[in-house]
Amino acid sequence: MHWFFDFTPDELTAIRLSLWVASWAMVCSLPFGLGAAMLLARGRFWGKSLFNVVVHLPLVLPPVVTGYVLLLLFGRRGPLGRLLEHTIGLVFAFRWTGAALASAVMGFPLMVRAIRLSLDSVDRRLEDAAATLGASAPWVFVTVTLPLILPGVVAGMILSFARSLGEFGATITFVSNIPGETQTLPTAIYVQTQVPGGDLPALRLTLVAVAISMVALFASEAMARRAARQTGGP
Amino acid sequence: MIEVAIEHRLGGFRLAVEFHSTGGLTALFGRSGAGKTSVVNAIAGLIRPERGRIVIDGAVLTDTERRVFVPAHRRRVGYVFQEGRLFPHLTVWRNLLYGRRFALGPRSPAEVDQVVELLGIGDLLTRRPANLSGGEKQRVAIGRALLARPRLLVMDEPLASLDEGRKGEIMPYIERLRDETKIPIVYVSHSIPEVARLANTLVVLSEGTVAAIGAPAEIMGRLDLFPLTGRAEAGAILNTVVAGDDARFGLTVLRAAAGELRVPRLDLSAGAALRVRIRARDVMIALAPPEGLSALNVLPGTVAEVGRADGPIVEIRLDCAGEPLIARLTRRSVETLGLAPGRRVYAVIKSIAFDHHAFAGAAPAGGADADAIPG
Repeated sequence: MHWFFDFTPDELTAIRLSLWVASWAMVCSLPFGLGAAMLLARGRFWGKSLFNVVVHLPLVLPPVVTGYVLLLLFGRRGPLGRLLEHTIGLVFAFRWTGAALASAVMGFPLMVRAIRLSLDSVDRRLEDAAATLGASAPWVFVTVTLPLILPGVVAGMILSFARSLGEFGATITFVSNIPGETQTLPTAIYVQTQVPGGDLPALRLTLVAVAISMVALFASEAMARRAARQTGGP
Repeated sequence: MIEVAIEHRLGGFRLAVEFHSTGGLTALFGRSGAGKTSVVNAIAGLIRPERGRIVIDGAVLTDTERRVFVPAHRRRVGYVFQEGRLFPHLTVWRNLLYGRRFALGPRSPAEVDQVVELLGIGDLLTRRPANLSGGEKQRVAIGRALLARPRLLVMDEPLASLDEGRKGEIMPYIERLRDETKIPIVYVSHSIPEVARLANTLVVLSEGTVAAIGAPAEIMGRLDLFPLTGRAEAGAILNTVVAGDDARFGLTVLRAAAGELRVPRLDLSAGAALRVRIRARDVMIALAPPEGLSALNVLPGTVAEVGRADGPIVEIRLDCAGEPLIARLTRRSVETLGLAPGRRVYAVIKSIAFDHHAFAGAAPAGGADADAIPG
């Protein structure tokens, strides 16, 4: 078995990069995910249904299309890409940051859905109770709403993480397939299947992907159970 | 001092309520749908009335004319909800302290101890709300509201979700709250026994307006309000003082202005004040002091008012040394006895009429469903 799991440096880099990209995608999309979920669950504004459609668009668009749109917007010559490069020096094109952005966008609808569902199930009367005890709206959110939706937030984060690990189409379209920079597990596997003698490397990378996904799902189940126990739920 | 004057529309329902009260416990009484909860929600700032003014102890919380609306979290109006609404993710201790970080003034640990002691919740502090009984939850909810240092406490049917035994368990704590803290209380209820026992001022709401306001004894004694206060439960309130025990027969002697009452023994020491509610259906009328009768309690009085007949039944109001007593009789008896205002009569009340309804929870000791109040 030892020889089977004898990873080449390139393969190890792809695994590490995948975890790195997925973690960044998950963490950076969390505040936006919370905000979008709050807007959709609680907000009353003109164009809400349009906003809802835009948030869910990456779920139904072909990933290649999403990747191409990202390239148009966040590429070196894209309006947002140029703006971010000049203001805070953040470059997405052909960097791992671009892979993280693509992953985050693809996982975003899943994260928002999970958080929104748990927001809908929060008893608003508890928030009223907190207000009568002197808590302002931000305090109510931090001390009551957030703890109560924690299981949903965790579930959303894990879904986003898992979606990032599997991201292929948008990533390869947006930031290509550069070993050590943008070559994540799925693209590495894809490359191995395209070269002679790549069957074995492809298989062991596949097993790694399966293992990581399973650990992530187990962790999310355990954390959701713990959070539910704390809030006195089932 | 509480001043409330609000107008509000909720769907097809119109609320137009105005009342003043001078502290103590003000009970908002009425059937469900009378608008009681909307009034306290407006006081707490959870709804914004279309028009109106709410002033508590000089602090203007709502004044639509001057465009004043203090948000709920700055009102310092403690709210005890019908279902408790404890935070499920926090322990009892953290629930209790929740409002304290927002409260003004120095934080003394003694204050927490006092409230914990007042409500008898010392054993519950490490538990979570899911593991509390209904009565325990309500006590914690009261403590949580108190520790936020409210200028006013509103309680929306805090006992409605509890069974009779648990109600009897909580009511003494609410009495202590009323008597030992200086915080005025607005108390919503549709239960006659509760408001009879607890209220200093009674506001009767009906279909979104105030039908009557006054001292409970006065309101309960008004025959014209029976359709609102509920005929079956109708009755008058006598203010009595415990005079002593009749140990040989297991009775307690209560002294009212009109005379003495003997009731099944109560766990109360001599001198304690007690409100007794005497239901109209438990009172009989005699024209002469009765003899050879098993009933122990006979109070002399004069007929003050004969109510409007509703079928065969008539209520009459007696004046017993200045306090009202209501009796329910058949129209036939009223006619045969020739009862009319000014007529001197004797009201006869059986001692066993004094069950837990009469004392609203402070039931006779050793009674079938006794819930003697401590102390």
